[in-house]
Amino acid sequence: MTRHFTQIAAGAAALLLASSALATAQTVLYRGNDTDPATLDQHRTSTVAEANLLRDLYEGLVTTDPGGKLIPAVAESWEISEGGDVYTFHLRPDAKWSNGDPVTSDDFLFTFRRIMDPATAAGYASILFDILNAEAVAGGEMPVEELGVAAPDPQTLVITLRGPTPYFLELLTHQTGKPLHRASVEQFGDDFTKPGNLVSNGAYMLESFTPNDRIVMQKNPNFWDADNVAIDTIHYIPFEDRSACLRRFEAGEVQICSDVPAEQMAYMEENLPDNLRIAPYLGTYYLPVKVEKEKLADPRVRQAISMVIDRDFIADEVWQGTMLPAFSLVPPGIANYVDPAPELDYADMDLLDREDAAIALLEEAGVDPATLQIELSYNSSENHKNTMTAVADMLKNIGITATLNEMEGTGYFNYLREGGDFDIVRAGWIGDYNDPQNFLYLNETGVSFNYPHWSNAEYDSRMKAAAETTDLAARAEILAEAERIFLADLPSIPILYYSSRALVSDRVSGWEDNLLDNHATRWLSLSE
Amino acid sequence: MLAYTFRRLLSAVPTVFIIVTLTFFMIRLAPGGPFDLERPLDPLIMANLNKAYNLDAPLWSQYLTYLGNLLRGDLGPSFTRRDFSVNDLFATGMPVSILLGSLALSLAVVLGTLLGAFAALRQNTPVDYTIVGLATFGITTPNFVVAPLLSLLFGVVLGWLPAGGWELGNPAFWILPVATLALPQVAVIARLVRGATIEALRSNHVRTARAYGLPTRVVVGVHALRAAMLPAVSYLGPTAAGLLTGSVVVETIFGIPGIGRYFVQGALGRDYTLVMGTVVVIAVFIIIFNLIVDLMYAWLDPRVRFD
Repeated sequence: MTRHFTQIAAGAAALLLASSALATAQTVLYRGNDTDPATLDQHRTSTVAEANLLRDLYEGLVTTDPGGKLIPAVAESWEISEGGDVYTFHLRPDAKWSNGDPVTSDDFLFTFRRIMDPATAAGYASILFDILNAEAVAGGEMPVEELGVAAPDPQTLVITLRGPTPYFLELLTHQTGKPLHRASVEQFGDDFTKPGNLVSNGAYMLESFTPNDRIVMQKNPNFWDADNVAIDTIHYIPFEDRSACLRRFEAGEVQICSDVPAEQMAYMEENLPDNLRIAPYLGTYYLPVKVEKEKLADPRVRQAISMVIDRDFIADEVWQGTMLPAFSLVPPGIANYVDPAPELDYADMDLLDREDAAIALLEEAGVDPATLQIELSYNSSENHKNTMTAVADMLKNIGITATLNEMEGTGYFNYLREGGDFDIVRAGWIGDYNDPQNFLYLNETGVSFNYPHWSNAEYDSRMKAAAETTDLAARAEILAEAERIFLADLPSIPILYYSSRALVSDRVSGWEDNLLDNHATRWLSLSE
Repeated sequence: MLAYTFRRLLSAVPTVFIIVTLTFFMIRLAPGGPFDLERPLDPLIMANLNKAYNLDAPLWSQYLTYLGNLLRGDLGPSFTRRDFSVNDLFATGMPVSILLGSLALSLAVVLGTLLGAFAALRQNTPVDYTIVGLATFGITTPNFVVAPLLSLLFGVVLGWLPAGGWELGNPAFWILPVATLALPQVAVIARLVRGATIEALRSNHVRTARAYGLPTRVVVGVHALRAAMLPAVSYLGPTAAGLLTGSVVVETIFGIPGIGRYFVQGALGRDYTLVMGTVVVIAVFIIIFNLIVDLMYAWLDPRVRFD
């Protein structure tokens, strides 16, 4: 008995030694994320924080490289039909799920049908409405089998679109395009996202999820490119309080913060200049104007208002350099667009000259600025409030009276969407995919994000023409024409481009700034 | 006493019922819903979602369903954390909040009582002034100032403790949050105990005890302090309930997975079930601790009897 016990003890000690030796060889990355995910079911996600997690767990047909460029992923190659509406994908034979099952076209077929199934109630299904019959399926008017996706053999997936969609591949990089493991979803139902149940095909697999604490992922040994994945374990930590992330970054407890506290920009610029990453991001901050109102109906009045807004001041002083001044709706550097991109013609004018021009424009329109009273509404947030206060102040410079109206966040966008009685409001748009269409469609007649309720037949016809043009260069030119129409009429006033902000430790290599702020952990490595 | 306790618990049932009903309808009055994001959903999808979560049913029917589930102890699915039920969230968060809260509470009671009694016995001396001064500082400094300062000092500058985060089995992660939670409570209790002790030392029963020639130790420790604890005890009822159900500020700043954040997160995200669940839990805690306070009163003060 005693001898037996000693043997066990010796065995246990050896095991312990071995496992601790193993533990030191593991590389563990602590990554701050914006917040917890609402869910890890990609069909029910919508936020950037969720996209970050899903990017590590799953791999779609295509993905983006460290620089944000589209590259093949589960699909090794593809062909696009001449009409631009049929995509045939050839899946790589070595793509595997974390449980060892092969990733097949049937998994993708299942996934696309599931996201369109009304029972799934997928919030972002509309992003894939370009697939043939998708909208009718999601509306319950057609069975899911009618969806334009087919899997003729396990390695081939054919997606038929309702028309040519030149940005379709970019759409597939969104989390809605990531596959689900059919067997486990069917077995566990809504519980398939739980640790232990979740089967993923990306570089990582889910180990645990503790709300408000962390999500732990382990390297997926079955990932086809696992040999090139350097980090073994990721702890994703939600930081609603960005200052908390900064403190833990400085204490060496986390190596990446997905965002930084804007009020401490000056401190970080001085003390962490090599770690602070500010890069242009695929998003615009703009001020929708209620064009239906008589006092704001004249485009000249809207131009005058736009002219006196000092974007540099707002970007540098209010947002502490976390935003960049904007004179167009489509952010610079976007894929599939013209160079130089259209912008407001007074972008390079001096502010004082712009004020004079604005006064002249108002005079031309027959509007006395002293009689113009404008209410600026915004959803509660220190930065929105300061932005609008600054705008009100700038309007005062040419004699316009502006008042502020703060609204609670949750009801705010509902109010805008349902035609609330506002004058000028604030809104932001972060692109879902890297294409100007994703920004310009906001102004199409009848689109729910068209808060100004602007309607311009010429604009709509350009957007329609662009949707039917498969030649990317010609399409870019048409889209640019549309933006020029928008900028001339200015139903919404673009004032800032978003930028992505992050803290990245010196220990992390492989992090490249990109417009999409996509930084999959598989591209990163960690030194001691 | 047992009968009294039972009666009190029974009378809590209608109280909880009224709280649940009021909260249920009040949160529905707030504009917006759980699926209103900055990026509005397609109307078609919104309809599918409302159907999936039974939000398209008439309000009274949703209310009855909720009550029925509540009676079975089911707080429903969370709308904003869809991989969890509200029960799941509380099951993981409660132990954390209760651990931190009870540590902070114990620290506050022990330290607060000691400091308060000490100050009272040295009334109007520099010791007294120092304690009262510190207590005023502790009460007036908000925890959203204390928490980052502690984290910065001990986590970043000195590097003695983790700047944030949470590991259940590792006390190093407990120290700063507990200190932050306890600080204002130590201060309040010290002031309450000090005032009450000064008063008790002048009271008849203490004078009688002194006249018997009892040693000061016994006079203060048994006769004066016992009476002096009464105001502190009544203060502790709601305070304990508050501490044990977590603190939004401390949890956010230190990154602690307790239940304190759910109330605010739930209310802001219109997570109806999560808000309801939090309200029920807080209500139950307050009712229980008020009962405990009343029972302790009877034990501490022989003049109070219930039967």
